[in-house]
Amino acid sequence: MQADKKSLVSTEGIARSVLFALGILNIGFVLMICTYLVAAGLPGIIEIGFLDFTLGTEWASTASEPKFGILPFILTSIYGTAGAIVLGLPLGLFTAIFLARFAPRRLRLTLEPMVDLLAGIPSVVYGFVGMLVLVPAIQWAFSLPDGAGLLASIIVLAVMILPSIIKVSVNAIEAVPKEYELASLALGANEVETTFKVIVPAARSGIAAAVVLGVGRAIGEAMAVMMVSGNAANLPGLFESVRFLTTAVASEMSYSSGLQREALFSIALVLFCFIMAINAALNLCFKQGRK
Amino acid sequence: MNLFKSLKLTAALGTLAIATSAFAGTVSTDGSTSMEKVIGLLSESYHEAHPQTNVTYNPTGSGAGIAAALEGRCDIGLSSRDLKDKERQSLTGTVVALDGIAMVVNKDNAVSDLTVEQLTGVYTGKITNWKELGGADRPIVLIGREAGSGTRDGFESVTHTKDKCKYRQELTSTGDVITTVSTNVNAIGYASLSAVGKKVKPLTINGVHASEATILDGSYKLQRPFLMVTRKGQQLSPDAQDFMGYALSAEAKPLIEKAGVVPAAK
Repeated sequence: MQADKKSLVSTEGIARSVLFALGILNIGFVLMICTYLVAAGLPGIIEIGFLDFTLGTEWASTASEPKFGILPFILTSIYGTAGAIVLGLPLGLFTAIFLARFAPRRLRLTLEPMVDLLAGIPSVVYGFVGMLVLVPAIQWAFSLPDGAGLLASIIVLAVMILPSIIKVSVNAIEAVPKEYELASLALGANEVETTFKVIVPAARSGIAAAVVLGVGRAIGEAMAVMMVSGNAANLPGLFESVRFLTTAVASEMSYSSGLQREALFSIALVLFCFIMAINAALNLCFKQGRK
Repeated sequence: MNLFKSLKLTAALGTLAIATSAFAGTVSTDGSTSMEKVIGLLSESYHEAHPQTNVTYNPTGSGAGIAAALEGRCDIGLSSRDLKDKERQSLTGTVVALDGIAMVVNKDNAVSDLTVEQLTGVYTGKITNWKELGGADRPIVLIGREAGSGTRDGFESVTHTKDKCKYRQELTSTGDVITTVSTNVNAIGYASLSAVGKKVKPLTINGVHASEATILDGSYKLQRPFLMVTRKGQQLSPDAQDFMGYALSAEAKPLIEKAGVVPAAK
């Protein structure tokens, strides 16, 4: 009896310590990435000067007198992400509302796997299709010399964040207690009123989470936008050829050296700070929404 | 015993000069990503003939390869641009092959010849319409490569447009350049000669069509050398010496041609 109990305790102890170790390992990864990023990114910022780096409008990393101003990248990333949310959130949210509340069962069963499929498409494929179809289409539609630029990137990003917005929103809407709906209907509200005035407001924290995911995916995407954004270091304009924070790092990293490489790590650090800040801000909204 | 001896020897060499590779029977190369195909084919066939020797290749870019050769982190640095004067003081560049840079335009573009001067004007933004070059009244869209790319560096140094190019798009691969030019009638771009397929139209430069013969005799102006970079006054390891000799031999010529570039060896 005694021995049995002992062995039980030790298995539990082993399981606990294994899980503990795995948890620590995970935290270790995050800490390692943070430390490395700060260690690799700070020297560049210090050497260039924080203000010159973040507010400089000119980027010419391999010029004989190199300039490392990343304001165009910062603004592009902000505009691009905001644009993608402006386009993608209504589209995604209404799709989610339709799927969760109004779609006939059979239609829903066909649509949902398609949304999943959209999430599974590799970003390079989005970029390739964007390059071959979207960019010429924009060029033709607005009679521009060239279609690659911010607008093309926003459209590609909007499509890319759709699946996460739809998925998370559907879950959020379905998690709203049935009683809310019944109470609303009992008070005489119709289906549409119930959905938009009761269910969606009740699900808003979940929808906020969908936005976080969308912003996270949009601001961190590199491959797809690299193929449609044009990649010239201009200040953003809707039809202008632009470069995002991510693509700035990705496009030059392979050939970079010296201060250029340090500056690229610094850009990654700035991007990292952005993602942290966005997450923190949205978490805050999230918490206030709950109160 | 023999192994022990050679280990001892390399250890001794290692303390004398870091330049020599750590293991006997390894030739390390480091540098230009444009040279990947050439070095890949050469090292493969060299390894077949000399199974005891491994040739390693680290694709880091011309600048990094030159730095690696200078700092002795590799046996042979690879550069797809000429050495700068400062680099030439301490390094020797041996031309292995010549790479033609092709100018490509959309198939629907009427322009088929440009001079190097016109190219300079186009890429610096002085000429902005195809009309000025004998084409249709359409804006010129400049497609280039990302900063640090060997092809971009080669193009900009030949056309003297360094830091002055007004790119509309800076793409990260030759394939992207070709695809973009093939979908935009206004576009002009540059690419390695070997990468030009049937989707786009190559231009003649100063009336000269890009070909092996015109690159070798120098009449096709848009070309850059593929260099093997070694440190001056630094004895190469016998293996590295042998590999370099092989790369320059007549035996290696078909392989270099297979990689799409023009062998420099006579």
